[in-house]
Amino acid sequence: MAITTGSRAASRTRRPLTLDSIVRGALVGLFVVLMVVFILGPLLWLGVRAFAGNWTFPNLLPDDWTLRWWQVVVNDGALGVAVQNSLFFAPLTVLVSAIICLPAAYAFARFDFPGRRFFLISLFATNAFPKMGLFVTLAALFYALNLMNSVLGILVVHVLGTVVFMTWIPAAAFAAVPRNLEEAARDAGASKLRVFASVTLPMALPGIIVAAVMSFLASFDEAQGTYLVGAPAFMTMPTQMYSLVLNYPTQVAAVFSILLAIPSVALMLVAHKHILGGQLAEGFQIK
Amino acid sequence: MTIHEPLTEPLAGTTKPGTAASGGGLTIRGLHKILGGRTIIDNLDLSVKEGELVSLLGPSGCGKTTTLRMIAGFLEPDSGSIEVEGQEVSHLGAENRPSAMVFQNYALWPHMTVAKNVGFPLKLRKMSKTEIKDRVEAVLELVSLLHHKDSKPARISGGEQQRVALARALVQEPKLLLLDEPLSNLDAKLRVKVREDIRKIQQELGITTVIVTHDQEEAMSMSDRIAVMNAGKIEQYSTPEALYARPETEFVATFIGSMNRVEGSLNNGLIARGEDILGIRPEDVILADAPFAGAVPATVERVVPRGHFQEVYVRRADAQLRSFVSGELMQPGQQTYAGIRKAMTFRDGRLVEEKGAAL
Repeated sequence: MAITTGSRAASRTRRPLTLDSIVRGALVGLFVVLMVVFILGPLLWLGVRAFAGNWTFPNLLPDDWTLRWWQVVVNDGALGVAVQNSLFFAPLTVLVSAIICLPAAYAFARFDFPGRRFFLISLFATNAFPKMGLFVTLAALFYALNLMNSVLGILVVHVLGTVVFMTWIPAAAFAAVPRNLEEAARDAGASKLRVFASVTLPMALPGIIVAAVMSFLASFDEAQGTYLVGAPAFMTMPTQMYSLVLNYPTQVAAVFSILLAIPSVALMLVAHKHILGGQLAEGFQIK
Repeated sequence: MTIHEPLTEPLAGTTKPGTAASGGGLTIRGLHKILGGRTIIDNLDLSVKEGELVSLLGPSGCGKTTTLRMIAGFLEPDSGSIEVEGQEVSHLGAENRPSAMVFQNYALWPHMTVAKNVGFPLKLRKMSKTEIKDRVEAVLELVSLLHHKDSKPARISGGEQQRVALARALVQEPKLLLLDEPLSNLDAKLRVKVREDIRKIQQELGITTVIVTHDQEEAMSMSDRIAVMNAGKIEQYSTPEALYARPETEFVATFIGSMNRVEGSLNNGLIARGEDILGIRPEDVILADAPFAGAVPATVERVVPRGHFQEVYVRRADAQLRSFVSGELMQPGQQTYAGIRKAMTFRDGRLVEEKGAAL
């Protein structure tokens, strides 16, 4: 008697569970389809497009395949310069941003000074307004300072876009370093500078690497401000994209997009390996 | 410079407590500290002989950790002097003091291996790689952790982390070893073992040691002397035995061990109501089936078995008393006779009289 009721109760609870799992399965399926259509689809199209000759309408695949567009990109002097410019500005931006922002991040994390919260919040200001509006006013200032079409001008624009990452993320990382780990190093005989170099910095490094990767990508993808301040003297890969889309066959833009994605993907893979496989996991187990 | 001698040498030449030259150890005079408008340490004096292990014992907030942090150099005293082996250190930063500290949560650097953690203080002293390696291995051997030298701290157990922290302090050959609640993060069984290990190593090396703890059992079992602290002051500073047998204040008597606290005074084994505070240790309340001199009929009210002994609450005509007795388990409601073997009398918190009844 008791067993029958038990099994009936079990079957009763199983039925809504099946319905639940159907709904869940459908949602997962829908999510996968959306991912494929909107993320993988364009990438796939891009990959095919870069090697396509003619591609007439109803055909699912191109009529013929070619490496011509890659040749065009490699041989085009302006495009090569754009690649060089991008690879010049992105690391330089990360470096300058780190030099300016990391000490600030440390100060935000470790010292309580008047206006600390105000400064911390106001860092968001550069990201709170429409970027184009900021760049137009910046351009007016740059004309006055003779910074238009200059390396310094572009650098300023790029660094501005990275300040938030380079301050907030490392500040959180510095703040997460337990005080008594630093005290233990002092006790062992280390000077304040040595404590920072041997304990604080290595422990905050995963956070700093994340910030550096994000800054690199932000600089690498920055187009609006660079175009406004740098064009036509300094064309980077994203700004060159604008003229490519307008002036070349779409295949060239496809080739260029793939090239533009390579550093980002490479950087993400390296960062992923180092951050998830390395210290971050172990380093933060300490109480 | 003793620092350049191999570690084995000072290990071999052990200094027994008491045989030290004068001027050794730690001397604190007139230490004062106000934090956030509150007096944390109030004109504290403390002297620790060379090779001696002293515990600062007290409830949380009594200022024991603050005192230790001032000795270590993480906190600057408002006034007073701290001398280590006759050298004034209160103006020095933590990195320049001849003391080494073991932190409550060990504070091991998670990005370094055990050997790197222990070797870091030596690296700062610009020793050669081979010398660092030899010394690190010698000290890891001492705490029996050599097999873990290439492990990261997160991969070893709490007790092992504790020993790494101890090794990191010992490798510096400090003139003064400071331990902040060293056993509080360990489970009960391990705590007993580690405290014996610490005491053994401390005696072998003859290092002057100050331990901060809130655990009286820990302090009683490890220390040469105990300074019981309360509200920023030292209430009593004496050996563990004296602390228990002759507490100078009511606070010490209640804090160390347990005590029946009764208002009144003892007259021919009977408690008469009065202004004074009577302190009677539970083991000094004697229970017996038959009447004996100084005993009064009593009723057992509650029995708490405690393993090795039982805690018995008895009601006499004059007071309710707690007694520790061994033997057959007593029953609530049982009639018995209770006599007081010894009692301490406190007036204004201080011991004024110690009376033993003729039992």
